[in-house]
Amino acid sequence: MLHQPAQAGSVERLEAEPVNAARHRRPLYEKRRKIFPKRAEGRFRRFKWLVMLVTLGIYYLTPWIRWDRGAHAPDQAVLIDLAARRFYFFFIEIWPQEFFFVAGLLVMAGFGLFLVTSAVGRAWCGYACPQTVWIDLYLVIERFIEGGRNARIRLDAGPWTLDKLRKRVAKHAIWLVIGVATGGAWIFYFADAPTLLKSFVALQAPPAAYMTVAILTATTYVFGGLMREQVCTYVCPWPRIQAAMLDESSLVVTYNDWRGETRSRHAKKAAAAGEVVGDCVDCNACGAVCPMGIDIRDGQQLECITCALCIDACDGVMDKLGRERGLISYATLSDYAANMALATDGGATAIEPRRVRGANGAFVDGIRHFDWRIIFRPRVLVYFGVWVLVGLGLLYALVSRDRLELNVLHDRNPQYVVESDGSVRNGYMIKLLNMIPEQRRITLTLEGMPSAQMRIAGQAQGDGRSFPVAVDPDKVTSLKVFVTVPKAKLLEAEQGFSFRVEDPSSHERDVYRANFNQPAAAR
Amino acid sequence: MADRHKHVDEVSGVETTGHEWDGIRELNSPMPRWWVYTFYATIVWAIGYAIAYPSWPMSTEATKGVLGYSSRAEVTAELTDAKAAQAGNVDRIASDTIEEIMADPQLRQFAMSAGASAFKVNCAQCHGSGATGGKGFPNLNDDDWLWGGKPEQIYQTIAHGIRHAGDGETRVSEMPAFGDMLAPEEIRATAAYVASLTGTPSSSALVESGKQLFADNCASCHGADAEGSREMGAPNLADAIWLKGEGEQAIVDQMRSPKHGVMPAWLQRIGDPVVKELAVFVHSLGGGE
Repeated sequence: MLHQPAQAGSVERLEAEPVNAARHRRPLYEKRRKIFPKRAEGRFRRFKWLVMLVTLGIYYLTPWIRWDRGAHAPDQAVLIDLAARRFYFFFIEIWPQEFFFVAGLLVMAGFGLFLVTSAVGRAWCGYACPQTVWIDLYLVIERFIEGGRNARIRLDAGPWTLDKLRKRVAKHAIWLVIGVATGGAWIFYFADAPTLLKSFVALQAPPAAYMTVAILTATTYVFGGLMREQVCTYVCPWPRIQAAMLDESSLVVTYNDWRGETRSRHAKKAAAAGEVVGDCVDCNACGAVCPMGIDIRDGQQLECITCALCIDACDGVMDKLGRERGLISYATLSDYAANMALATDGGATAIEPRRVRGANGAFVDGIRHFDWRIIFRPRVLVYFGVWVLVGLGLLYALVSRDRLELNVLHDRNPQYVVESDGSVRNGYMIKLLNMIPEQRRITLTLEGMPSAQMRIAGQAQGDGRSFPVAVDPDKVTSLKVFVTVPKAKLLEAEQGFSFRVEDPSSHERDVYRANFNQPAAAR
Repeated sequence: MADRHKHVDEVSGVETTGHEWDGIRELNSPMPRWWVYTFYATIVWAIGYAIAYPSWPMSTEATKGVLGYSSRAEVTAELTDAKAAQAGNVDRIASDTIEEIMADPQLRQFAMSAGASAFKVNCAQCHGSGATGGKGFPNLNDDDWLWGGKPEQIYQTIAHGIRHAGDGETRVSEMPAFGDMLAPEEIRATAAYVASLTGTPSSSALVESGKQLFADNCASCHGADAEGSREMGAPNLADAIWLKGEGEQAIVDQMRSPKHGVMPAWLQRIGDPVVKELAVFVHSLGGGE
């Protein structure tokens, strides 16, 4: 019942009922129909293996890369140090107020998605999305333990035997181990990885670490193992958003019914009987490999993640039959529509394969094939331009950013203090941000208000207008500073002044324009 | 029983609930199973929660819950932890002298922060949240000190208070009421002289006669140049800071029937370490000597 090999050339015919066929659209509430994707082989499958290797490799290994930053900073190449509020990325160190770099990267990611989607369709969904990658990984385990598609269908439908129990326990156990490794890798981004691993194993890590691992284990296991394609179809917002970014020139996975129809399971017999026969032998290989459980021949569907495994499956069948590849292919909707118009004489007739093929079997000249030049259309170039501009802006900000910063808080309570000689004093809290991992000796100078004097609380330097200040490496140094204006100078109109800091060795500097408050009577 | 009334809608092929209004039947579209199970799970969770944690209100108080949790106990534990974390610094403040605290930057910083919060609880009512004081209440930010602005002097003032009846070591001084001893015009002349030391007096003729009156009546406490005396807590009258109000009339009022501020002695109330912390904080406000 499940497996009926039927001859169509030498092609095996598979029984694959799509979850959402054109004939029978699935209702909103319906019990999930289990999908048992067949293993595909071909160039897109190979590309997916490569993407999986690279993305998982980056994810699991990055926290273990070391980067020597000297004694004052951690030596982990990528580290989000929440306790010290620092973000380390190789040679870049980001302070909390520089978080706009992260915002900028998110903007770039957004435009990157626009760019990629408008150029090559939902490539993110099909190849790079963690959900796709982890489903693939989980399927590898499932195939390894339970066997190929037919074996899995049999096992699932069969009664609970000891063998089934053993296989299921093994599968779920390995899935959970992968889940733990996924959660485990995540926490290493937030603390020194080797230290955290040791304390984690010794049950001495912070509770947050165990909580994070537990949550990510659960989500990986549930999303990648149990829910799988349901996450893409029901949970994920991207399909809805990405669909809005596609246009008629974007690449989508397309069943070329202009050459496939009329499909026939018994092509030779049908052709001999004089019937119209297309390239599709209705072997269902495309549906059997689909991880989303759809039949691409029903047309564009929300569920399709454009992973192109159906292309691989179909190409394999076409090879066996000695027909041209590309019955299912990446194509733009405008190319597809043009070919369809050619095959149906502008919709006047049913699909006529002879309109698209010459006498020798090759496609006629009017058939449009995918051309790489279509990718470089204005819409894509605009997205690329914006993406590059944001990137260059971030790069400029990164190269030109200050590593010495001055923040000043003017005392509000009291606004001013009258001294016994009638002079007026204002208090300021000065924060000096030394953003390099080295001790510095900088000068703090009062500019403007020539008669004003400055004093740093708790330091025995007395009154003056310029002081050397030692600042700790990679730290904020706070100073309480009092500025005093003598009574005789209070009425002077110009009371604006600035605090200036400068590193005499590197000539880095920063200026803060401050105000001076005084009693209304003195003004 | 349900099967007897089973009715399937012809158009959609879906079972109906059996409810009918004027020929309109309600399709039986059950909740998604996961949703229903989630709902059941919350019920189970609520039962477990009610057993584990305080929940059911009884006549006097709620049930305790088997875990024995209470938010008050949690706060107490947190406070204990916080106290334990500060214990080292607090112990050192208790054992060290003010000079030793001032000399250690880390300890001084701790004392300043602790003093700042103690100030808001105990002192801000009179001296203001910014320690700026008001009429009759000294501004603690400025450099004018009635009894001295060194850390030890500030400590002494806070610990034993000013004119605080219950403390033997309290600081005491009293200005005589000159309304009984001098004629009104003499008081006015003296006030004019005192005002002339820092501002523009109302009449130079009054100042001339006031100068002698000041030397005779006031200089013994306030000093020959009206510079005040910290031994007696006598204010400096030659500076820009006025405790009881600015201007000749305020001086006249103070001479006629003087007002004397009272500050409580704090040592017995808040303990020696907190007084030390307060002294360090007040000293740090900018006027400390």
